[in-house]
Amino acid sequence: MMTFLGNVVHWLPDLLAAAPLTLVLTLVAGVFGLVFGTILALARLSGQPLLSWPAYAFMFVMRGTPLLVQLYLIYYGLGQLMPGTWVRHSFLWPYLREGLTFALFAYSMNQAAYNAEVLRGAIQAIPKGQIEAAEAIGMTRFQILWRVRLHLAFCNCLPILISDIIILLKSTALASTITVLELMGIARMIQRQSLQIYEPLIACGLVYFAVVVVLTNIMRPMEKRLTRFRKGLE
Amino acid sequence: MISTYMGYLAWGAGGWGDEFFFAFIMTMKVSLSAYLMAVLFGLMAAVFKLSRSWILRSLAGVYITVVRALPELLMILIVYFTVAGLAEQALVWAGFVDKGFQFNPFWAAVFALAFVSGAFMAEVVRSALLAVPAGGVEAATAMGMSRPWIFVRVVLPQMMRHALPGMGNLWLSITKDSAIISVLGAFGELLYTGYRAAASTKAYTFFYGFTAVLFLLITIFSLVVLQWMESRLNRGRP
Repeated sequence: MMTFLGNVVHWLPDLLAAAPLTLVLTLVAGVFGLVFGTILALARLSGQPLLSWPAYAFMFVMRGTPLLVQLYLIYYGLGQLMPGTWVRHSFLWPYLREGLTFALFAYSMNQAAYNAEVLRGAIQAIPKGQIEAAEAIGMTRFQILWRVRLHLAFCNCLPILISDIIILLKSTALASTITVLELMGIARMIQRQSLQIYEPLIACGLVYFAVVVVLTNIMRPMEKRLTRFRKGLE
Repeated sequence: MISTYMGYLAWGAGGWGDEFFFAFIMTMKVSLSAYLMAVLFGLMAAVFKLSRSWILRSLAGVYITVVRALPELLMILIVYFTVAGLAEQALVWAGFVDKGFQFNPFWAAVFALAFVSGAFMAEVVRSALLAVPAGGVEAATAMGMSRPWIFVRVVLPQMMRHALPGMGNLWLSITKDSAIISVLGAFGELLYTGYRAAASTKAYTFFYGFTAVLFLLITIFSLVVLQWMESRLNRGRP
């Protein structure tokens, strides 16, 4: 039992060193997902069939298929198609050989689809009176969009967006299957090299748990701050 | 072009049509078994969490918190390797089975998947149980209905109305999470079959795309069924 715990502790530093990559994956995909998700949600609600139908189809497909399949499709599929094209000789090629680039792309797209669905609901739920009031005081359409509709929508669905970030963090573990050496990838590498089955996994679990708890506790005050205007209403 | 792809999906030794057919059935089998088991885990954890004994409450609390904080892939690997192994040793030690007994990898994987989803199910069931108004239960008690009957006739039908959207979402996520067990490589569900087909023919885009389409079909069919169930459970509601 003591050797078991000793082994678990022994692997902790290696795994902690891999945690930043997990966080980078989460952060980059989270930001891209939010930006692209907002655009998708607006396209979905635009009322233009040429915009809303592709957005709907994209969201449905991304939400209806497993993330792991999307990762494989993007990593192996694009990896198969791209070498035959101009991309092979462009300056981007060194990055495009990396699993990390494909993982970032796949996670951003997936996160965008989920965020878009959340934002769509939030935008639709904004009371008409708010928009009419903004029109009445002479705001332009862009101002209404930026300062009223998106602003209110973000604040209303912030808790869901935050829990989606936590879900994203957990799903970055799947990137280990396409050669990205984030937390899970390192744990499985240690597993193979040391021939210990349980210890690296348990240590990895401890690190994930710590990261999730820390992230949740960072997000909570942020949520409070961003929705502080509500205190006056209640 | 088209004929090449048709050849890929041919039935029999030359193509992958039959493999995908059986993989589809396997994915459905894994998802359904894991879902039923997850409902049991979820019900148990929810009842524990609402019980009076603090031991049961904290047991369920730890289970729900830990499982929900860890990645599905990690949890499935841990449960598949650790819990299945420990359970085997315990069964051998207790004398129920012969030495050298091993769980069928199918059931080990189903157990792992259900163990993860059970924690999410517990939260759905718990909030649904709390949403049932106490008046109905009190009325049933006053009429002298026994406790099991109260649960089946009064609590369960009302609870299901609140639980169904959450349980439906969990079914959808179990069908998608079942792709993760392809990493264990033990048996041919959809993604593992897609992986083998893609690796042997080098037609990565086609086979992973085809796998995605099959998963999408499961989702579409499930959504239709869930819609029907929701309207049926809500009949008789003002």
